[in-house]
Amino acid sequence: MIKLQSLSKHFGKAVVLDGIDLTIEKGEIVVIIGPSGTGKSTLLRCINFLEQPTAGTITVGDLSVEADRASRSEILAMRRQTAFVFQNYALFANKTALQNIAERLLVVDRWPKEKAYQRAREILEQIGLADKADAYPASMSGGQQQRVGIGRAMAAGAEVILFDEPTSSLDPEWVEEVLGLMKQLASARQTMMVVTHEMSFARDVADRVIFIDGGRIVEQGPPSEIFYHPQDPRTKDFLKKILATNPV
Amino acid sequence: MDVLNVDYMLGLVPVLLRYLPLTLQLATIGMVLALILACLFAVVRVLAIPVLNQLTIVFISFFRGTPLLVQLFLFYYGLPQLVSALTVIDGITATIMGLTMHFSAYMAESIRAAIVGVDRSQTEAALSIGMTNGQLMRRIVLPQATRVALPTLMNYFIDMIKATSLAFTLGVTELMGATQKEASGSFLYFEAFIVAAIMYWIVVELLSKLQHYLEIRLNKAYSR
Repeated sequence: MIKLQSLSKHFGKAVVLDGIDLTIEKGEIVVIIGPSGTGKSTLLRCINFLEQPTAGTITVGDLSVEADRASRSEILAMRRQTAFVFQNYALFANKTALQNIAERLLVVDRWPKEKAYQRAREILEQIGLADKADAYPASMSGGQQQRVGIGRAMAAGAEVILFDEPTSSLDPEWVEEVLGLMKQLASARQTMMVVTHEMSFARDVADRVIFIDGGRIVEQGPPSEIFYHPQDPRTKDFLKKILATNPV
Repeated sequence: MDVLNVDYMLGLVPVLLRYLPLTLQLATIGMVLALILACLFAVVRVLAIPVLNQLTIVFISFFRGTPLLVQLFLFYYGLPQLVSALTVIDGITATIMGLTMHFSAYMAESIRAAIVGVDRSQTEAALSIGMTNGQLMRRIVLPQATRVALPTLMNYFIDMIKATSLAFTLGVTELMGATQKEASGSFLYFEAFIVAAIMYWIVVELLSKLQHYLEIRLNKAYSR
């Protein structure tokens, strides 16, 4: 379970997150939508402490952290509970696909080598890239790189995987394979928080869609509610614009 | 002008070769120590660790800003005068100290630039999976920075090999010192020093080959 209580993030005078309260059940698939620059990515980055939140409490699993006075060890522990998938993949350029996935198990979880690589191979199998075990990121397509990025997040056995616009940097031809893998994870009831502009993914896969604007949760509910019966004018406005370019 | 005394030159080769190992030793030990020191300096600078950062800046400034020969004389002749316990420093130790500090100052800056040049997303990815700062430096950032810094570092190594010749001014009989002795016995200066020059040249050429090989290896991960 994930619980955010009055989570805020200020960059100087700019308020990017303005007191977010949110509870996510284990196994829930949550998709976060909203206009650019409204704090969607920042929200995910705060949970993973890639950004230090200004205030609020973050609870993931049985770990609860007061965001503004989190110690180094609390931050590390929170990162171990969560896994992050980056928009630009951010695979370790000096490591092969297999090493990228095994890295966390080896270094952070201190698994013995053999066990870590065996687990990494299983994941490669699962993401359909067993033949790319020894390939370096530079030699893989965007779609393959992002699948390894997701594989790296899967290796963590994390409470939640945070997806920050995972398909936004991809050429259109690779989007489907990445979304397909995410659907596979969703049907295995992996808890996920996904920031995306892929509205059809949100409609088909999400248990709950959250619309964020101006650093606040404006509206949330099952996709059928949000997409077909939005209540807030801002949600209606956003959906009208985005569905015009990305019909579901 | 007299003709070149080829027989003398050929005879000199095995004599001078006996001193080449010392030259290589000075350079290799100097390089290893300088690399370690330079990495420490670079990390201190990148992480901007208080106090150490300022000290490092002054250290780098001094050792880049003064001639190596002056530094060697400071270590060998100067230090013992201040601290009598340091009279035990022999020419070889003083040379290694000088080379280490002089070149670490230069190398720290190129390593720092290489570290800063590693894409920010690499650091974020490493942090996101829960690595500590030390782990992400050791396993992700430094290996990638090495590839960028390698050509420059090899240049410094080559420079250092040639700089070991200054050790003869501290009475160390390495390749240069031995050549000097031979030449002043035979008065065949040109022959003696051209043999020494060719020896340095061959060593440097071999190193360039090594550099080429290392670059290919390190670039393996980045080719399509």
